[in-house]
Amino acid sequence: MVKKRLFKRLTPALAITLSLGLLVSGCGATGAQSQNTAPSQASGDTIKVGILHSLSGTMAISEVSVKDAELMAIDEINASGGVLGKKVVPVIEDGASDWPTFAEKAKKLLQQDKVATIFGCWTSASRKAVLPVVEENNGLLWYPVQYEGLESSKNIVYTGAEPTEQIVPAVSWLLKNRGKDFYLLGSDYVFPRTANKIIKAQLKAEGGNLVGEEYTPLGHTDYSTIINKIKAAKPKVIFNTLNGDSNVAFFKQLRDAGITSKDITVMSVSVAEEEIRGIGAENMAGDLAVWNYFQTTNTPENKAFVEKYKAKYGNKRVTDDPIEAGYFGVYLWAEAVKKAGTTDVDKVREALKTGIEYKAPEGLVKIEPENQHTWKTVRIGEVQPDGMFKEIWSSGQPIKPNPYLKGLDWAKGL
Amino acid sequence: MEGVSKYLVKEKLIFLLAAVLLLVVAPLTLSGFRLNLLGKFLAFAILALGIDLIWGYTGILSLGHGVFFGLGAYCMAMYLKLEAAAGKLPDFMVWSGLNDLPWFWEPFRHAGFALGMAILLPVVLATILGFLTFRNRIQGVYFSILSQALAIIFTTLFIGQQKYTGGTNGLTNYKTILGYSLSSPVTQTVLYLITAVTLGWVYLLCRSMVKTRFGRVLMAIRDGENRARFTGYDPALYKVFIYAFSAGLAGLAGALFVTQVGIISPAMMGIVPSIEMAIWVAIGGRGTLVGAILGAILVNAAKSSLSEAFPSAWLFFIGALFVGVVIFFPEGIMGFLKSLSGQQRGKKYYGRLPQSILDMTKGGLGNGWHYSLLGKRHR
Repeated sequence: MVKKRLFKRLTPALAITLSLGLLVSGCGATGAQSQNTAPSQASGDTIKVGILHSLSGTMAISEVSVKDAELMAIDEINASGGVLGKKVVPVIEDGASDWPTFAEKAKKLLQQDKVATIFGCWTSASRKAVLPVVEENNGLLWYPVQYEGLESSKNIVYTGAEPTEQIVPAVSWLLKNRGKDFYLLGSDYVFPRTANKIIKAQLKAEGGNLVGEEYTPLGHTDYSTIINKIKAAKPKVIFNTLNGDSNVAFFKQLRDAGITSKDITVMSVSVAEEEIRGIGAENMAGDLAVWNYFQTTNTPENKAFVEKYKAKYGNKRVTDDPIEAGYFGVYLWAEAVKKAGTTDVDKVREALKTGIEYKAPEGLVKIEPENQHTWKTVRIGEVQPDGMFKEIWSSGQPIKPNPYLKGLDWAKGL
Repeated sequence: MEGVSKYLVKEKLIFLLAAVLLLVVAPLTLSGFRLNLLGKFLAFAILALGIDLIWGYTGILSLGHGVFFGLGAYCMAMYLKLEAAAGKLPDFMVWSGLNDLPWFWEPFRHAGFALGMAILLPVVLATILGFLTFRNRIQGVYFSILSQALAIIFTTLFIGQQKYTGGTNGLTNYKTILGYSLSSPVTQTVLYLITAVTLGWVYLLCRSMVKTRFGRVLMAIRDGENRARFTGYDPALYKVFIYAFSAGLAGLAGALFVTQVGIISPAMMGIVPSIEMAIWVAIGGRGTLVGAILGAILVNAAKSSLSEAFPSAWLFFIGALFVGVVIFFPEGIMGFLKSLSGQQRGKKYYGRLPQSILDMTKGGLGNGWHYSLLGKRHR
């Protein structure tokens, strides 16, 4: 009896040893395995690259399309002979809309898989989480989304717009064409807050008036109070930095309140073709957005790009700015690697300093050696009833990136 | 008695074996990245022990432990951030428009203060909250909802106060700890070893707590609070203490977590991670300390490896795992192992009775019950 009971009581303790043993040996095995398959990033006849986007969670709706575009670019490059005669193999990881997970997966890609570069991230928070990891491991991250600027890491290449390539020209245009009274509405996190700080300084310098400023938490859906405040403040322009689902609620409720795009112009910076599908074109028709690329952008490269994207992922899919930036980022990297003759990050960075260019769907893009941001054309578009944009203004040529807003007198205190 | 002492000897042996595995075998065989992950899991295991004490042993389901974990992590992160800023203002304060360091950031220049606060702050918060709720006899589901509200309040607060907390981004981009580079493998191995040793100490501490009369009072409160009260114990006092104790463990876990993971954001304090923490304990087996440790390590290891193997479908596997365990092994891994060995729960251990009302009214509690309260061995 005693013996039997003893055995029973031992089981939990046995279990823990057993599982720990399994765990340790499991980890060891995977560790050894990847060491075998990836002694260095460019050996053999393949080059491993990491793709790190949220494939689950709130950001998945936006980031999955970017991942698709990056995979498409990799496929195209492989079809035309690869890079340095080697096939590019993507290693896909899920950032799960969670910033510590982004950091963990970036670490895994660099240390375990030893990838040559990473294409990834969307939110500023995920980029900020990955930044120390790529800096410590001397990796290279290609970041495809417009953001708030005031950052420049030697381990990140920014293929999206910084404020002087999106927000600043948009504010100037609005002041000239739509009126002086601005109402700022944004989601409560770093991008809208920083963007609005820039806008407020610019309004002061260029003769605009700030009539209201509101922030709502991400995912907020009740805008009746704010719309009443907007009605009372009578702005000419609502500068909208809301992100995600909130846009759906905001635009619907704005129209329900009887405010049309003829009464007040809404200028959005985070609403592209993909988001308009969720908001409903009828709720946004006539309103504006500022980007560097629209699906309707008229270049031969874009025509081909949209056709290929739809052929690959379905006719109902749309392309938009971050999707395009993700796509040409892969090509810019390939160009830089060809120029460097190796995937070694330091050598690739040297190659980037020589001014790598590519004829992207949005037009010519090139990397600015000073800050590893991208020269981009600015475009303002008006939403059409079919959910596409009609370009109503463009900078005509790529603008030099200036993430720290140097040389702008009004931006000195930022 | 002979069986019991033999059991203790074996238990000691197995504890030593686990220690050797974690302290010697793991650092020698695992790659830096895997060891770092294991270190994170061990930090989670410390937190899971705390949740097990309050949920498994005392029957209070707290769905807001992410807050205590987050507070601990933020305290440590403030120190790391200040050290990385090297005398200047931390980067996020600059872009949020602050010109001077806020006064409450000032003392976090000292690692000792930061570590102390990482434990003390959660303890103080839990004591206040526990005092207000348990004194007023707020129990069961009402307490769970209240603890969720706590998680929402803190997440919103931390997101809104961007200039003091870094907002949604959280705090990241650290460089050194006590002057040692955080990116060097040696520092990371040392941090891992510290975490593993801490887990060992915390396990022994928790074990000594639940094996004594104090632990049996906790279980008595779980299985019949009124009975415990009528026997002369003050359940509120015990509950406040164990709530604060588990909050302190969560804070400690947070501090260890942040040094190894390198980022803390308000998302980690929210409701979803808080519920996840309870799930680790549920999967491992409530009311068994080993179960809590196993649950935290295995669930997180499964999460990491499944998401690596199936980046777009891993959540389905995790979901299936959770549902499967709840349906087939309601007592978790430990319960499953026990049922394998044929032990019928409830006959020998009154402490392991499920906490439903049905069980509280079962006649079988009888004498053994009082013996357990008096501190005698009831086996």
